[in-house]
Amino acid sequence: MTQERILVIGGGIAGLQAAAALREEGFRPLIIEKSPATGGHVARWDRLFPTQLHAREVIDTLNTATDGIESATGQEIVSLQSDGTGVTALSATGERFEGRAAVVATGFDLFDARLKEEYGYGMYENVITSAELEAMFRDGKVTMRNGEAPKRVAILHCVGSRDEKVGQNHCSKVCCITGIKQAIELTEAVPGVQVTNFYMDLRAFGNGYEELYRRSQIENGVTYVRGRISEAGETIDKRIQLKVEDTLVGRPLRMTVDMLVLLVGMRAPKCCSTFGLPTQANGFFAPRDPYTQTVASTTPGIYLAGTATGPKTIGETVNEAVAVARRIRMDLKK
Amino acid sequence: MKYRYANWQEYSKDIADDHYYYARSCIRQNFFPGSEKAFLDILRNDLGMDVIEDPRHTTCTGIGYHSDVVPLDTTMAIVARQFSLMTECGYENYVASCITSFGIYSEVLDMWHHFPELEAKARENLYKATGREFNKPKILVHTSDLMFHVREKIAQKSVRRLVNVHTGEPLKVVDHIGCHYAKVFPKKGIGGAEFPYVLAGMVEAWGGQSVDYPERRHCCGFGFRNYLVQANRGYSVANSKKKFESMAPYQPDFIVANCPGCTMFLDRWQFTLNAMTGSNYAIPVLTYEEMAGLVLGIDPWDLGLQMHQVPVEPLLDKLGVEYDPAAKYLGKNGKYIGRPVDPAAYNPAAL
Amino acid sequence: MDFGFTINAPRAIYLDKIDPTLRDKIIARERTTLLCIGCGSCTATCTTGQFTSFSLRKMQHLIRRGEYDTVRKSLQECMLCGKCRMVCPRGVHTRAVIHAMLEVL
Repeated sequence: MTQERILVIGGGIAGLQAAAALREEGFRPLIIEKSPATGGHVARWDRLFPTQLHAREVIDTLNTATDGIESATGQEIVSLQSDGTGVTALSATGERFEGRAAVVATGFDLFDARLKEEYGYGMYENVITSAELEAMFRDGKVTMRNGEAPKRVAILHCVGSRDEKVGQNHCSKVCCITGIKQAIELTEAVPGVQVTNFYMDLRAFGNGYEELYRRSQIENGVTYVRGRISEAGETIDKRIQLKVEDTLVGRPLRMTVDMLVLLVGMRAPKCCSTFGLPTQANGFFAPRDPYTQTVASTTPGIYLAGTATGPKTIGETVNEAVAVARRIRMDLKK
Repeated sequence: MKYRYANWQEYSKDIADDHYYYARSCIRQNFFPGSEKAFLDILRNDLGMDVIEDPRHTTCTGIGYHSDVVPLDTTMAIVARQFSLMTECGYENYVASCITSFGIYSEVLDMWHHFPELEAKARENLYKATGREFNKPKILVHTSDLMFHVREKIAQKSVRRLVNVHTGEPLKVVDHIGCHYAKVFPKKGIGGAEFPYVLAGMVEAWGGQSVDYPERRHCCGFGFRNYLVQANRGYSVANSKKKFESMAPYQPDFIVANCPGCTMFLDRWQFTLNAMTGSNYAIPVLTYEEMAGLVLGIDPWDLGLQMHQVPVEPLLDKLGVEYDPAAKYLGKNGKYIGRPVDPAAYNPAAL
Repeated sequence: MDFGFTINAPRAIYLDKIDPTLRDKIIARERTTLLCIGCGSCTATCTTGQFTSFSLRKMQHLIRRGEYDTVRKSLQECMLCGKCRMVCPRGVHTRAVIHAMLEVL
């Protein structure tokens, strides 16, 4: 049997796992990644919910599984065509890739927090995103811009999620538990720090999430205030003054913190509108159906895996990446 | 220090270079009477622009509308009449001196855009009542937009900068933007609603330093219904108090505002707070025309600075402005216009 | 000076200005109060709550926000029947929380 080439567009965890599984199914996968290196968002994260495993371990596992698989990095795919017998992808630099089928594993973009002007991200030096906090955890040094350790930190949930003002009506799904995890890790990294999470709803849906939520309250003393910060302002000493309603008490609440962490959500990347595939209301690619065809697109030969179809956890993403290989094998046997 | 929001250009608007129909504010002529005159003098005489003033125009109804005594149909008909006067004068660009008016015009135009039947009704009402017809303005701006637009030209003609002549340091300026300037339609305000640049741009162009403080975006407390009813004024003054407390650590040299009500209340409430609580706020509050006038070397008493509650002399001294203290309370033709009471000596019974 | 109006006090809870001492004492005595997520089960089942505005949910949050006076007043209404403890999904030791409040406040 000649090994058929399958294009895997995206070298994050979905693409890596899909490539490994495709090889197991007897295909010859090619990973096409827009960045200089594979690994995606997870490679930039420090530790993962719910067990605080180091993200590096997930990447190492997937790197081992994909050892020897061909990859083309620094190639951003801008168009993808299928004629029923094969697929053709073109990169921004004009490179042409052909295969029997393609797995779109293009993932998500982090929401650009500057769009929520009222939080002052990009202007107030102590307003950071959850991704930047992870980078601080990774560097082992959580500080304000002036180098001092924060005494009070606020974590704001749903920045760029559940917010029609920025065209993001969907829930990004993983931020609640990330906020809980980061609150715990803040108390571990900065002794004595007071952490307050501001949320609209806490959606701790996965295995071990509710347990982590409880742990953050009882062991780490994290405070939760049900209310969404409406405005942040910078004080003369570069701290952040917050305005919010404590909806459980039914009164406005004000406080000043040393650092404000914005839990930025997942946004559909540009390719979702340029590949010519149908998308969902949230802007991500639409699977053929959300029940038994979650990894197939409506176009024969083009498949989907991971957060290309919307916010997902790492476990869900990796499962889909395994499933997509099997789905392609089942379809091509017909 | 450069203004912190480098991307204010994301919110910019079309501002015509010349040929404007000018609509005055109802209340500014009483509160800060030199400002509107200074605006016309600077644009016409210093910059050679064509700005027409028309004694036939009326209130925009803003105060009545926001106080629930003027219905929307009436407001639209009166706005239509203002536009018909502009059309009759042969102008297409409308500049409003009042933030409330600017908000009223913007809202009416937006409503007409989304509900053309409302525009048709307003046209019909106006025609039936007065026989008038009108074109909508091509460009609608607030006077502070226009001042912002010509800020570099003013800088070129300036005789001084917003710098403390004793220390050489730029003056620290708190700006306050009227709520109806950009909070109604952020895209219609220079710099948007969160990081407005319309006044900060003037402050920077003329050598001062713009101060961003936590309550910068907070309402001054003016609020039509809040000040019109005496018992409600506690809400109004409480908002101003919150702002003064928040800006105090920055030790601003003065406040500049672009709304008639904000300028008035940020100035007068300092006196009230000092009298009620024993505080001693004394931050001069200027209109942007007064700020421009000082930069251009206009005499402070010609600008009407004696009408301020908070004494402006300390600011004039910092700027190195020469003035005649004896002339402060002399109005036109040297007539004595009376002087304000010291807060500490305020006694309502004596009035 | 009386101008015929007063300076209206803000309704906001100002966390910068509260005194955390009593709050921290209560938490130290009964840490499970931290587990409350405001579901309202306690208030829904509360006998006192059927007839008065007494609400353990609200009291626990008021304590967290340093609003002791309001709690002090309504605390006396609790009859310590313990029904709230039976319904709490988060395992808050509600009677112990009430006792801690009674003792500390």
